[in-house]
Amino acid sequence: MSDLVSENLNMVFTSPKGETVHAIQNLNFVLKKGELLTVLGPSGCGKTTLLNITAGFLRPTSGKITLGGKEINGPGLERGMVFQQGALFEWLTVADNVNFGLRMKKEDPKKIAEKVEEWLEIVGLQGFGNTPTYQLSGGMQQRIALARCLINDPDLILMDEPLGALDALTREKMQSLVLKIWKETGKTIVLITHSVEEALLLGQKLYVMAPRPGRLHKEYQLPFAKMGLSTDLRQIKNEKEFVKKREEILTMIWNMEEEIMGKDI
Amino acid sequence: MLTGLFIILLIIILIATIVYGKRLIKVEKIDAVFGNPERSKGGYHWIIAGSCSILLLWFYFSWDVARSFFPNSANELCQVAKVRDSLVSIKYVFPIEQKTLKSSDFIKRENRNIELLNNQIKQSSIANKDKDKLIFLLVETQSLIKILSDEKYLNPEIKNKVLGVANQIDSLSKNIQNKNYPQFDSLSSEEKIAIKKQGFWGETGAEVPFYPNTKFGLKFDAASKELNKIVEQFFLIKNNSEVFEKKSKELDSVIENYRDTLAESQEVETQFAREVSKIYGRVTRSNIFPANVLDPVEQSVVRFEEVQKKEQGSLKIIDTLLFPGGTVVASGQTCSEQGSGRWLPKPTDTLKEFLHLLDPNQGYKNVPLFWYEMMGINKVVDFILPDWIADLVPGKYPVHNNEGKVISNFKSNVLDIVTGNFELFSIPVPSGHIWDSFLRVFLGLTLGILCGVPLGLFMGLSRFAAGYFDPLIELYRPVPPLAWAPLIITVFGIDNSGKIFLLFIVSFAIMVISARAGASGTQLSKIHAAHSLGASHWQILKEVIFPNSLPEILTGIRVAIGVCWGTLVAAEFLAGTTGIGFVENVARKYMQYEVIWITIFVMGLLGLLFDIGMRKIINKTIPWRGKG
Ligand SMILES: Nc1ncnc2c1ncn2[C@@H]1O[C@H](COP(=O)(O)OP(=O)(O)O)[C@@H](O)[C@H]1O
Ligand SMILES: [Mg+2]
Repeated sequence: MSDLVSENLNMVFTSPKGETVHAIQNLNFVLKKGELLTVLGPSGCGKTTLLNITAGFLRPTSGKITLGGKEINGPGLERGMVFQQGALFEWLTVADNVNFGLRMKKEDPKKIAEKVEEWLEIVGLQGFGNTPTYQLSGGMQQRIALARCLINDPDLILMDEPLGALDALTREKMQSLVLKIWKETGKTIVLITHSVEEALLLGQKLYVMAPRPGRLHKEYQLPFAKMGLSTDLRQIKNEKEFVKKREEILTMIWNMEEEIMGKDI
Repeated sequence: MLTGLFIILLIIILIATIVYGKRLIKVEKIDAVFGNPERSKGGYHWIIAGSCSILLLWFYFSWDVARSFFPNSANELCQVAKVRDSLVSIKYVFPIEQKTLKSSDFIKRENRNIELLNNQIKQSSIANKDKDKLIFLLVETQSLIKILSDEKYLNPEIKNKVLGVANQIDSLSKNIQNKNYPQFDSLSSEEKIAIKKQGFWGETGAEVPFYPNTKFGLKFDAASKELNKIVEQFFLIKNNSEVFEKKSKELDSVIENYRDTLAESQEVETQFAREVSKIYGRVTRSNIFPANVLDPVEQSVVRFEEVQKKEQGSLKIIDTLLFPGGTVVASGQTCSEQGSGRWLPKPTDTLKEFLHLLDPNQGYKNVPLFWYEMMGINKVVDFILPDWIADLVPGKYPVHNNEGKVISNFKSNVLDIVTGNFELFSIPVPSGHIWDSFLRVFLGLTLGILCGVPLGLFMGLSRFAAGYFDPLIELYRPVPPLAWAPLIITVFGIDNSGKIFLLFIVSFAIMVISARAGASGTQLSKIHAAHSLGASHWQILKEVIFPNSLPEILTGIRVAIGVCWGTLVAAEFLAGTTGIGFVENVARKYMQYEVIWITIFVMGLLGLLFDIGMRKIINKTIPWRGKG
């Protein structure tokens, strides 16, 4: 019973000028163990804030998030995070990046080496252990970030636009990798994205958020992630159902953006 | 000889590299457009060309080229300079190098003085009787000038004497054009001995040898001796006609009488009388002549100058071409280099002096530049271990027993060790001026890094530390390091500790600021990542924040080395007994230009080595910089 539960979550920022921003307003949801949730929304609707609170980097203004019944108040090993980019330690080799968490726990070096080998193989980077990370491409770097997070065996994986900076081809491969890992490990995953296609493809559950104040706008249950485990992703993208959903959400987001613009003017 | 060959070699290399470079440029045009940074790469032959040029310029402007190809030229120029020196006083009388005739100049000046004094007397508030008297005296004095300027009163002998001098100069002009001049033995026996004893140009003790070494030089030396005699005669000619003698004697007594009549209370009158008397004195001593009387001498001097210039022949060309920025000058009993040859030491001499300084038995002020000395290991231990270690050992120091003996115990043994009170073996320890300077920089810098980096990191991570220590650091950091020197020397003394402390405070501020910038510049996502990977605070500091600040810290160290090095040399200039700055300061006092240039060179080279070393370290330790 290690569900992720948000109860009346509120986050209000005060900018240095004194303006208040209601980044998250009265957010309530329940995410069951093993579910894959994607979060979509125009920029500034509080996606990153939600993730940061879940990871424990921020304290909510009011309300709370619990994981397995325990309130989150600080970073913890049971919640792993994958950042958009730039969060690798560029002074370390690939292996040292991947085993960072294990070294911090001072595990047996032999066991560490074994685990690193195992995970490098899963993310398709076997043989790169001694390479400095800065010599690798963006896609490879995100694989390392994934492996570094997963090697700690967290209950919940949080990803903030992990594939945002990748080119289309690499991106598709990484999407398959995420699905594969989800299937093989059965982890609970929250993945934030600004790509509608990605949200539809990967999300077993999809939340569309609206800005100002940041809130849950619409919620979907989707079949495509399950399909993606066995079918080619490109094929799914061409399915009638998929196209229909994509157009619906795109229109929704367009309307939201227009509303914001109108408000500003 | 060797120098000459080396110079020729340099020229050949320079030309070769330029030719090679030019050829290469033709090829490069195909693959590089202007502005392409690739075009500035790989110009090693130009490095050689640049080095050769600098060396050649050094050889040239220090007159080493002249010395190696024409070793006698300075000695010969010295003899020429003697001639010039002999003529200086006589030329000064005439408008040859001066603009006006000396007599005219004098008359113009004194006439103005008389007029000024005249006006002052007229406007003063003294009694009319005194005014009249003083003005009368002034007019009389002026009439003396008239007598001296008027050919009517000229003693007829004088014209003959003047002609006599002119003739002597003219005949000398004729004689020196003779190949066999001097036909007489112009050298005294002492001079002959001195010629044998004097060294070559640049040999220690004789910058430029004074006595003539060559036949050419002998000619000018002899001419200058003859000239000296003629000039002496010329200045014996005095314009003292009977009329002048009589008048001046009269006036003298009148002035003196008048001055005697003045009472002590008549201050203004006394002052005026003194002024009049001064003008009178200057006029009687002036030895001015009517305008055209001395013309024959002037003309003969001009003719002689032309002849002697012609006689210099190729030496004149050598002087202009190979003695740039100055020449050899004679004054009294010495000849010396004046100009760039003086303050720019010759490369050959500099190298010799450098080898001399490197010789550990010579060194500078009894301290070698860079050497080692054997030091007992006990002294090293004494230096490293502080004495209070012994106090920490439990127990008491032994006291003497009733047999009058002191039996040592463990505590006293420890004391013996930490105070270096034992004999073992010796190890070589570096020493010398350069090492001393290096050690000071090293210790000051190390202390600065050890204290500055932790504080800087702390300030980058904590609001308390950033605020609390900020005023201290920001207030003392902008103070120029040397401004601290007087205080620090007073407190710590002129020896090592003062300088090390000075360097410590210099490097401390730099290290604090760079470590702080490094720590506060850590990307938040990296800190977040470390947190969610389960790192403790200490682990985050050690594994994330410190490596992330390393580029800033190393750059800080690089800057600090440069600043410390500059500060140290200046501090050694102020006080101390060893160190490279000390050497330069002493050399400055004794005008040892070779040593000054050597210290400058050593400083530049060491600074360069430090920087290259730091760059190597930076490239080795943080190849990932800026690639996160
Ligand atoms: N630390 C902060 N201080 C003030 N305002 C913030 C801060 N973090 C985020 N915000 C504001 O909160 C809103 C939501 O931000 P964020 O969660 O980053 O949006 P996104 O959905 O694009 O990830 C934005 O309007 C942003 O300006
Ligand atoms: Mg965001």
